[in-house]
Amino acid sequence: MAIVTIRRLWKEYGEQVVLENLNLTIADGEFVTIVGASGCGKTTLLRMLLGVEKPTRGEILIDGAPLVYEPAPERGIVFQRYSLFPHLTVTRNLLLGLELSGAHLTGRLFGRARRQALEQVHALLNEIGLYAARDKYPSQLSGGMQQRLSIAQSVICQPKILLLDEPFGALDPGITADMHELILRLWEKNRMTVFMVTHDVKESFQLGTRLLVFDKKRHDPHAPDAYGATVTYDIPLNRRLRAVA
Amino acid sequence: MSRLANLHPGRGGTILLGLLPFIVLVFAYVLGSNTRLQENPDDKLLPAPSSFVDTIERYAFQEDRRSGERLWWTDTGASLERLLIALGISGALGLSIGLAIGAVPYVRSLLLPFVAAFGMIPPLAILPILFIVLGLGETAKVALIVIGITPIVIRDIALRASEIPHEQLIKAQTLGASTWTLSIRVLLPQLLPRLIDTVRLNLGCAWLFLIAAEAIASTEGLGYRIFLVRRYMAMDVILPYVAWITTLAFAMDYGLRRARRTFFPWAEAN
Repeated sequence: MAIVTIRRLWKEYGEQVVLENLNLTIADGEFVTIVGASGCGKTTLLRMLLGVEKPTRGEILIDGAPLVYEPAPERGIVFQRYSLFPHLTVTRNLLLGLELSGAHLTGRLFGRARRQALEQVHALLNEIGLYAARDKYPSQLSGGMQQRLSIAQSVICQPKILLLDEPFGALDPGITADMHELILRLWEKNRMTVFMVTHDVKESFQLGTRLLVFDKKRHDPHAPDAYGATVTYDIPLNRRLRAVA
Repeated sequence: MSRLANLHPGRGGTILLGLLPFIVLVFAYVLGSNTRLQENPDDKLLPAPSSFVDTIERYAFQEDRRSGERLWWTDTGASLERLLIALGISGALGLSIGLAIGAVPYVRSLLLPFVAAFGMIPPLAILPILFIVLGLGETAKVALIVIGITPIVIRDIALRASEIPHEQLIKAQTLGASTWTLSIRVLLPQLLPRLIDTVRLNLGCAWLFLIAAEAIASTEGLGYRIFLVRRYMAMDVILPYVAWITTLAFAMDYGLRRARRTFFPWAEAN
């Protein structure tokens, strides 16, 4: 869990202002859902939290310390797709996280350490219902199974913050209920601060403890890029946070 | 389903159709050879198929009177040794440099333009330089193949590395990967199947450079033999040698394809 503070954050690409003057304090263990029109900077904020983009002005603090603008193990990510490793089986996709964080020279675990890691992997596979598919490659899995695996992969290294970039956007509507149940279970168990960008307003109300709506406050029809988006609605949905705490 | 585009041959049909061009070629040769030999029994251009058997018997199973060696196998051994050493060096160099270009943007900026320009040098044009600098021995021949093949392998491996989705690389970093472990656990394994593909596609070039080098300066080798007997218009030797080279190249190609399927099953599905 981590407290995330965003202070006077601006993001511009040349003349185009994407985010303007964003100020937020996110409490420990909050499940933040972010909605807004396309191109309003939701994903840009997520990418800055991830560390792959830097703000033009302003700062992001994690537990009071400035965020390092590089992907790091304390911040896990689930993309909409492409984040599984196609050359590894389901088991090894999960094992990789433990191997990369445990062995800096070889990136592999051996002997006892490997057996212990495998036990942890198998337990997690049981939990997400993928144990039967443990020897398959990602391309042999359905979209829903792939996304389950991708979520589990991000969680296995126990990040303080979990970032979800439209994680269920490419899935059939029928299986999203299962996915919601899974993500809430993992969130409660691992006690992470979650940021989830979504297009689905209903989903954002169902899952979040706090809902942020991004939009442009000002709009100049002759210069559509002149003003950026910011948080226009900040809706606390406290029920779940209280249930956990 | 009457459109030609929708009609598929059955299993037997596929095999039969695949064999058909070979059968036609052999038939056409025998026909042409017979016609010419009937007109002129000393014709050298299209020798009778029976003379091929004589050649193979003479070259592969009898010791050469002068050297005491079975020339067919000495030539094959010499050529394959050069080719395999060169392919090994090219593969190792291409994979490691291509991986470094793919993993580190600074290395990419440093090396990719140079490799692209270097790869445009026609290798045969610098063959004289190689002979002058490295002598007429084995090194120059191996070097020609390496110089000819490696830039292509590097560029292809680097291209494949840049095709690996960014999401994977970011995800691996959020799992604790360093540049090094990212390279060896995420990039390298996904580049190996492409290495096999690249080597397969470059086998033809490799043979070309090998035969060119052997033709110019050598004392044994498949290419050397062909160019040696050319002086006597010995088509009865040249044609079996060409067929043998083709068979070897085809076997290498097939072996690599099988290896890819066996060792990288995940790469087949995509």
